[in-house]
Amino acid sequence: MSLVKVEGLHKSYGQVEVLRGIDLSVAPGEVIALIGKSGSGKSTFLRCLNGLEEINAGSIEVDGTAIGRNARQLQQLRLKVGMIFQQFNLFPHLSALDNTALALKVVKGVGRQAARAIGLEKLDKVGLAHRADARPHQLSGGQQQRVAIARALAMDPVVLLCDEVTSALDPELVEEVLQVIRQLAREGMTVIMVTHEMSFARSVCSRVAFMHQGRIHEIGPPEAVFGAPQTPELRQFLGLT
Amino acid sequence: MMDFTLSQILWALGMGARWTVALSLVAFVLGGVLGFVLMLCAISQRVWLRGPVLLLIWFIQGTPLLMQLFLIFFGPALFGTNISAWSAACIALTLWSAVYLAEIWRGAVRAVPRGQTEAALCLAMLPGQSLRHVVLPQAIRMALPPTAGFMVQIVKSTSLTSIVGFTELMKTGTILSNVTLDPFLIYGLVAICYFCLCYPLSLASRRLEVRFDVTR
Repeated sequence: MSLVKVEGLHKSYGQVEVLRGIDLSVAPGEVIALIGKSGSGKSTFLRCLNGLEEINAGSIEVDGTAIGRNARQLQQLRLKVGMIFQQFNLFPHLSALDNTALALKVVKGVGRQAARAIGLEKLDKVGLAHRADARPHQLSGGQQQRVAIARALAMDPVVLLCDEVTSALDPELVEEVLQVIRQLAREGMTVIMVTHEMSFARSVCSRVAFMHQGRIHEIGPPEAVFGAPQTPELRQFLGLT
Repeated sequence: MMDFTLSQILWALGMGARWTVALSLVAFVLGGVLGFVLMLCAISQRVWLRGPVLLLIWFIQGTPLLMQLFLIFFGPALFGTNISAWSAACIALTLWSAVYLAEIWRGAVRAVPRGQTEAALCLAMLPGQSLRHVVLPQAIRMALPPTAGFMVQIVKSTSLTSIVGFTELMKTGTILSNVTLDPFLIYGLVAICYFCLCYPLSLASRRLEVRFDVTR
């Protein structure tokens, strides 16, 4: 039984075909790393999964909800899919706590008190309950990204998409964010992440997918992908040739 | 010719200035409401909403306010009806400020980074909810200084309505200068009146700019 099911996914920008037929099934609790050169379509693929990019062909299904075209259908899908961005994208006019509580109130109609309680619980989970009243600009990059994770978790998604979540961080702040994601993976959260942190992918992920020219070129457990790459493109990407 | 005392002149200018203020307020309040609606249409994904509004914006921005005023004041006469100078002034200035405010606000909405909308959508907000709770609160901060600045333009533009015979500050000045034969004194006083109305607005705009520093 797969939680995320992608079949024959195609995506073009005008004449440029970015994704050329992607098939992927993700089981509940799996952590998938998408690796590959820039321009290989990893981020676009991730953004298609929750409808941020409109797809040209193929199907996407998450926990029984298929991707649709209108706003309501997309909302149903996005209720199940959380996303974290490279640039955090916290709401700068709201405190950390209000960032986590806003969508609960607006989308799910949760009361103010209850929403704050859930938000605080998630902030506590990422170790930032003590900064609940801070504005995003008062937080370090690592802290902002952890708030972004708490904000996504507050909506109780079944899958978490991570788009290069540590790429905009100073080196010393990377670990605190990876720590949170490692913890989520251990608790059984399903995660699909685009990453350049190869050692993290090796230690945490159940499968690693190498993307090349808009397709999943090679996929398998990290030991296989990193230890015994089958294709010359992957060997080159890993710097083995 | 009659002799006027300075206090009589000032009183008359004051009466005229009341209409300048009234017209400015009408143009700003009604123009603001209409401008907000126009802005929402202009950023809409629906072409049938966006298209006509963009056409209106181009038309109003591409023609002089004075010409618009003439159209609205003299136009109804073609159909055998008359419109008062006050009504024509209100309609023309409301339309004109609505269009410019819509453009200012549309720019502010567009200036909110795309990632903000994406983050809101990823939290399962509908586009309208994202606009209401995430984008607009940030856009308003950016829009406040130019909006206050534009109020200065509205106040100054009301002087054009004197040409269709609406007796506001400028028209009062013209009448007074004709009877006193002292245009330098009268228009000097008129200028001071406009300055007193506009300067606080400019000052407010500058204050707001510092307070909501958008580069932060």
